[in-house]
Amino acid sequence: MFEFIADQRAAIAAVFILTLLLAFGVSIYIGRKEYRKNGQDQVFGDPERTKGGWYWSLCGVSALLLIWFYFSWGVARAYFPNAANELCQIAKLDEALSPIRAVLPIGSRSYQSTQLVARNGAQIEALRDSMPKQAFSRDEQQVLELVIDDVQSLLGLSSDPDQQSPEVAAQIELLSQELRAIAIALDAGPSAVEPSAEALAQPKWGATYTEIPLLPVTARGILFDQLSQDAALLSDRFVTLKNIPPAYATRIPLITQKIEALSAATKAQQFSDADVEARKDYIKSLDRIFNRLDDGSIFPAGSFAPLMKVFQELARAQAHAKGSLKVIDALFVPGAGVVKSRTQCSEQGSGRWLPKPMDVVVTFAELADPDVEDGGGFKGTPLLWWKWLPIADVVAFVIPDALADLWAGEYARHGVDGKVQENTKDRLLALAQGDIDLGSVPALDGHLWDSLFRVLVAMGLGILCGVPVGIYMGVSQFIKGVLDPVVELYRPVPPLAWAPLILTIFGIQDDGKIFLLFMVAFAIMVISARTGAAGTQLSKIRASHSLGASNRQILLYVILPNALPEILTGVRIAIGVCWGTLVAAEMLAGTTGIGFIENVARTVSDYELIWVTILIMGILGLAFDLIMRWVIQKTIPWRGKG
Amino acid sequence: MADLTCKDLSMTYRNPQTGAEVHALKDINFTLKKGELLAVLGPSGCGKTTLLNMVAGFLKPTAGEMILGDRLINGPGVERGMVFQQGALFEWQSVKKNVDFGLRMKKTKAVEAADLVEKWLDIVGLQGFGETPTYQLSGGMQQRVALARCLVNDPDVILMDEPLGALDALTREKMQSLILELWKETGKTIIIITHSVEEALLLGERLFVMAPRPGRIHKEYHLPFAERGLSEPLRAIRQDKDFTKVREEILTMIWNMEEEIMGRV
Repeated sequence: MFEFIADQRAAIAAVFILTLLLAFGVSIYIGRKEYRKNGQDQVFGDPERTKGGWYWSLCGVSALLLIWFYFSWGVARAYFPNAANELCQIAKLDEALSPIRAVLPIGSRSYQSTQLVARNGAQIEALRDSMPKQAFSRDEQQVLELVIDDVQSLLGLSSDPDQQSPEVAAQIELLSQELRAIAIALDAGPSAVEPSAEALAQPKWGATYTEIPLLPVTARGILFDQLSQDAALLSDRFVTLKNIPPAYATRIPLITQKIEALSAATKAQQFSDADVEARKDYIKSLDRIFNRLDDGSIFPAGSFAPLMKVFQELARAQAHAKGSLKVIDALFVPGAGVVKSRTQCSEQGSGRWLPKPMDVVVTFAELADPDVEDGGGFKGTPLLWWKWLPIADVVAFVIPDALADLWAGEYARHGVDGKVQENTKDRLLALAQGDIDLGSVPALDGHLWDSLFRVLVAMGLGILCGVPVGIYMGVSQFIKGVLDPVVELYRPVPPLAWAPLILTIFGIQDDGKIFLLFMVAFAIMVISARTGAAGTQLSKIRASHSLGASNRQILLYVILPNALPEILTGVRIAIGVCWGTLVAAEMLAGTTGIGFIENVARTVSDYELIWVTILIMGILGLAFDLIMRWVIQKTIPWRGKG
Repeated sequence: MADLTCKDLSMTYRNPQTGAEVHALKDINFTLKKGELLAVLGPSGCGKTTLLNMVAGFLKPTAGEMILGDRLINGPGVERGMVFQQGALFEWQSVKKNVDFGLRMKKTKAVEAADLVEKWLDIVGLQGFGETPTYQLSGGMQQRVALARCLVNDPDVILMDEPLGALDALTREKMQSLILELWKETGKTIIIITHSVEEALLLGERLFVMAPRPGRIHKEYHLPFAERGLSEPLRAIRQDKDFTKVREEILTMIWNMEEEIMGRV
């Protein structure tokens, strides 16, 4: 079942998207019709007008899902399964040509050479102005000026077309012609070549962690792939091309000689430490600029004109060869398109961080698979399943070891026969430590259950302790006076601010988290129960006094039921806050729970898993609230009618 | 036997800001024989509710004492049942549970309690409504539940604090008949506070008109209309010449009191 969804996710998505489009259209049609039929029945602002209208919910949900499909490239994958593969081949050609493109004003504002001349010229001027005159003798200063002039003249030599060696110009011309051949091949279009068996055996788009299959599977893709290989060879040749004007041959040894002489003088003569430092630094800076200029990466501005022309042809030919893919690229692949880097192609933009809906479903199916041995669940724990829970563990959790210590008598000592005879005290200790086999009961298990368990136990304790305290605070000056400052001091602190402290004291296991959540639930329950108790109508209290109720009976039969609506509202709020706090606490520390899954998914950038956990939390939070709303409606129908 | 006596009853409040003393009630003296129906009337601020709350035991007088039968009144008790303006029902419980509240507090046997509840629901005209949640009842029915809840405890005195104040005219008239019926049938002592002169005249066998600042009994009437209301229709009594005469007299009296207050302020 899961495998079927995983394999057919694109096809399922294709059907689903059509259904969504249909639902979107139909819901708007029904909505408009209903509005025309009875939309004007009530005046504007009448709350009755908002009742019903399932079709608008359908409209909103389907629109949201369609937007999700679109921006996650789910539409492209569903209907154009080969598009990404073809775009990947085009990206290969772009990548292969990128070393040549980098020196041309394509995607940048000027030639790379222009930028180099500007930058180095500025640095030479800066060097000339920052000469440390105290460190050099007058003669040396003159020598330095001459060296700087010489270095500057290199810029002029490399920028002058007349100084360029004719061989370089011929090379550029040759490269241009070979690149034009690529453009001509693109214009000629694909030939009927079968994709390789290896390419056909590749996993489909998005089926594995390598998002997009690298080898071409379509004729168009094969064309681009082959041309990209040719282009890569041309690029390799291009990067070895250097512009070393013949004049360099006399100029460069001269400069080298002068710089070396200055360095030698630094070593030979006696200078103060500061001067030695200044001389070394300055000569090093000069040498650095000089070395940058003698490698021949600056070309005269006009020498790349043939390349520029052929690149324009290439761009046109590439667009032509893309054909219908242009539309898909522009319409269904929002974001920065497909990019190839090193050994793989990847989706860029929203296609990258927004997982496709079907991938999220597949990830959820894998997570929900209880077969942990077979890769289901997460980190060896299922999402939600059951297991055999030894009763002894539960007993050991309830009974503290100290109870055995307090039991009358002594623990057994070893006897003269070299054996230990267990007594009752020993057996009690074994019970308290869970060392006795009491059989097992089936119990829930898994990340989700761990999270739920923490919230439910903390909520239970919070209600059990918070409601009586709150009620008494509502009726007793003494208890209010004593506890009010305590509760009001710790309550405004955000629960997560307590987390580091409490997790340190109680440990990262359940105890710490449950206590943290208990603190949250307790404060909310105290405040709501107190508000409810304090809000009891005086006449009801007086009536029950006149009817002969004792103080205890009034608390139990009048004040408590009267506070019930507030208490239930408190439970509803507390459960939401607890849920939020728990997830954050699980992210801080722990080895199980839904927040733990998200935290691990974050560290490995598993976007699908992050989305799955977000959706699970959202749906569970909604479920909690719906349950509480239902409970409130069932238990306190008199609310607001008393 | 179970007569209610109030001796030199005073209630003084001290204004916490100015320190000035306000006499809510001053030197109230009266004795109510068992089975008498007393109506208390007066402009607002004359202390009629304070008087009732003191008799109920919710407030302690600053001076004087109240005796019911042979016992000093000190705090609320079952022998003085109270009916409030808004019913003060426990809206989370059914009619039956509301009515047997007092019995449950006394831990009366369930069978016995059920019989009593049935009997009283029958008397106040709520047969068949036992399981209805009280928040679904109309205002008049809620007051019937309040009456039954009070009577099921068999109090010596029934205190009513503007019990019909929130009801519409028709329901009000029905309830007035019911109160008279209950009075006749049970022979209980009843104190009823009202701001309606007509109601006070119709229901009060005795009538205190109270005056404010300090709260005191301004005038006392002994009236025949309650007795007549047991046999005659109330609407006919209202048209009676004697009735209208007393009504106009009291209305003028209260009107003048109000004028006096406004003048002073």
